[in-house]
Amino acid sequence: MSVQVWTYVLVGITFALYIGIAIWSRAGSTKDFYVAGGGVSPLANGMATAADWMSAASFISMAGIIAFAGYDGSVYLMGWTGGYVLLALLLAPYLRKFGKFTVPDFIGDRYYSKTARIVAVICALIVSFTYVAGQMRGVGVVFSRFLEVDINTGVVIGMVIVLFYAVLGGMKGITYTQVAQYCVLIFAFMVPAIFISIQMTGNPIPQLGMGSKLNDGSGLYLLEKLNGLSTELGFAEYTEGKKSVMDVFMITLALMVGTAGLPHVIVRFFTVKRVKDARKSAGLALLLIAILYTTAPAVSVFAKTNLINTVNEEEYTNMPVWFKNWERTGLLTFNDKNQDGKIQYVADKKANELVIDNDIMVLANPEIANLPAWVIALVAAGGLAAALSTAAGLLLVISSSVSHDLIKKVFVPNISDKSELWAARGAATVAVVIAGYFGINPPGFVAAVVALAFGLAAASFFPAIVLGIFYKKMNKEGAIAGMVVGISLMLFYMLKFKFGIFDGGKAAVPSLEKDWWFGISPEGFGSVAMMVNFIVSIVINKFTPEPPQDVQEIVEDIRIPSGAGEASGH
Amino acid sequence: MSKKQQKASAYWKENVKYLFILLSIWFLVSYGAGILFKDVLDNIQIGGFKLGFWFAQQGSIYIFVILIFVYVRLMNKLDKKYGYDT
Repeated sequence: MSVQVWTYVLVGITFALYIGIAIWSRAGSTKDFYVAGGGVSPLANGMATAADWMSAASFISMAGIIAFAGYDGSVYLMGWTGGYVLLALLLAPYLRKFGKFTVPDFIGDRYYSKTARIVAVICALIVSFTYVAGQMRGVGVVFSRFLEVDINTGVVIGMVIVLFYAVLGGMKGITYTQVAQYCVLIFAFMVPAIFISIQMTGNPIPQLGMGSKLNDGSGLYLLEKLNGLSTELGFAEYTEGKKSVMDVFMITLALMVGTAGLPHVIVRFFTVKRVKDARKSAGLALLLIAILYTTAPAVSVFAKTNLINTVNEEEYTNMPVWFKNWERTGLLTFNDKNQDGKIQYVADKKANELVIDNDIMVLANPEIANLPAWVIALVAAGGLAAALSTAAGLLLVISSSVSHDLIKKVFVPNISDKSELWAARGAATVAVVIAGYFGINPPGFVAAVVALAFGLAAASFFPAIVLGIFYKKMNKEGAIAGMVVGISLMLFYMLKFKFGIFDGGKAAVPSLEKDWWFGISPEGFGSVAMMVNFIVSIVINKFTPEPPQDVQEIVEDIRIPSGAGEASGH
Repeated sequence: MSKKQQKASAYWKENVKYLFILLSIWFLVSYGAGILFKDVLDNIQIGGFKLGFWFAQQGSIYIFVILIFVYVRLMNKLDKKYGYDT
């Protein structure tokens, strides 16, 4: 069977599976819709969290980014896993004990203030929308390359599928489809990695293959070989970075803290039964994520080495089929500058003839390594699973922010459970349509903003939640001021140094690099904004009245794990 | 302070002590070994890996997973000790 037939078969089977699960797990109440009824097992929640967390960016882009960034790519590996330690130790158990539906619920109740709740809703919406647009785009890319439909048609198909199970099943439908999606995506990521690891090093475990000797008889270690190839072509050594230590430190911190502050991840811990289940499922989630995250850097090394060997100084006319296929998508371009008919892939921008988009490294990897057709098709199904599962999780945060935090808690407090459920479904539908619109007409800044969503989450939610748990006397004035100052500072830095809007637009961005505060890039600035948030909160807190006694009692109560009732919205 | 409150604050103190120890390790393996002392550790080579690079792209992640499971164990024991495990 050809790659295309295999792709149709595998994508068809997985989609049918997701729809089947959605019908089986329809939501009957708002509690089903928001927190899957509150009775999800730790393992199922761990798998769902892992799928929720690993987006199109983790599956499709990350290994590619690392392949081109080398050591500097470590910020994503440490940043997107280390955040779970913070989540498990500092947030998940206490938020589960608190037992409400959403993150703004916690902020609103803990800081006894509608203003705090609304600030939290706005932060949640900004973070989630920027993120979801990127997922829809990922769906479009996979469809257009593997099923040869137009990118926009791909986005629409993705929208319909997500709409179906998110609107019908809410958190319950999403949780169980995510369990299935985790299985699909991890299988799809591991199979090609194992194949290629055996091919190149003879070691079936990619994590070890990465540090093994090549089996081409040269006796060289794979990483030595890649370092050699890189310097030969004028690039930095693969195991060395170009970023400053300060910047690597700050970006890693921003990603870690941002991870712990992302509403669609936090909300997953409301779905388990007990506090100890919340802890355990955070551990399981990270274990399941780590399988992909420790394989990805190995894939990067394999793919980069393979790529250089396949293309550099080779005749353009001898290029394999995958090369032409990807050229058609525009994600790979060749321009024979010196007219010698050969491909020169070098660091010097003037002489370099090959431009490769980060995103194709994972998707093209099995083709570059000549793996069988079904493996290539599997990668397409895996990419779709990763993008759809994350999109669904984000849509749920958006819809519950609107139906629960705004409609029920602010505007129509006496709304019936049934009407609220319909409001949630309506909000999810609107959110899917908006996300789809951005997927089809991506504003030029989407890719840039997705990375910054972490900075925004770090600068706003993380300090407010941590202080809310660990500092009993933290009051609403401090928390609100901290969130507002934190997210504003982050937005300002982003607009100034990423979009250059105060200095004449995007063209000015590279020249502004020397003005970065303390040499910190916009991606790493979330760490600074987070620290400022902490300081502002604590200082304002000193000069304003203590929180009321009953709130202090709530804090004492969430610190004790026993007696966690079921999550409730009332 | 009532007896109940005393018990609660003793529990909380032990919890915070665990957090402090575990988060110190969390910091050391990632920010320490993977970033700040990366260049020093890179002088040590294990198999094909330079050690600092290995911590940044592999080792820190393994240790993160272990840390959470150690935390789960410690807390389950602590809950039992204070009778909060129901």
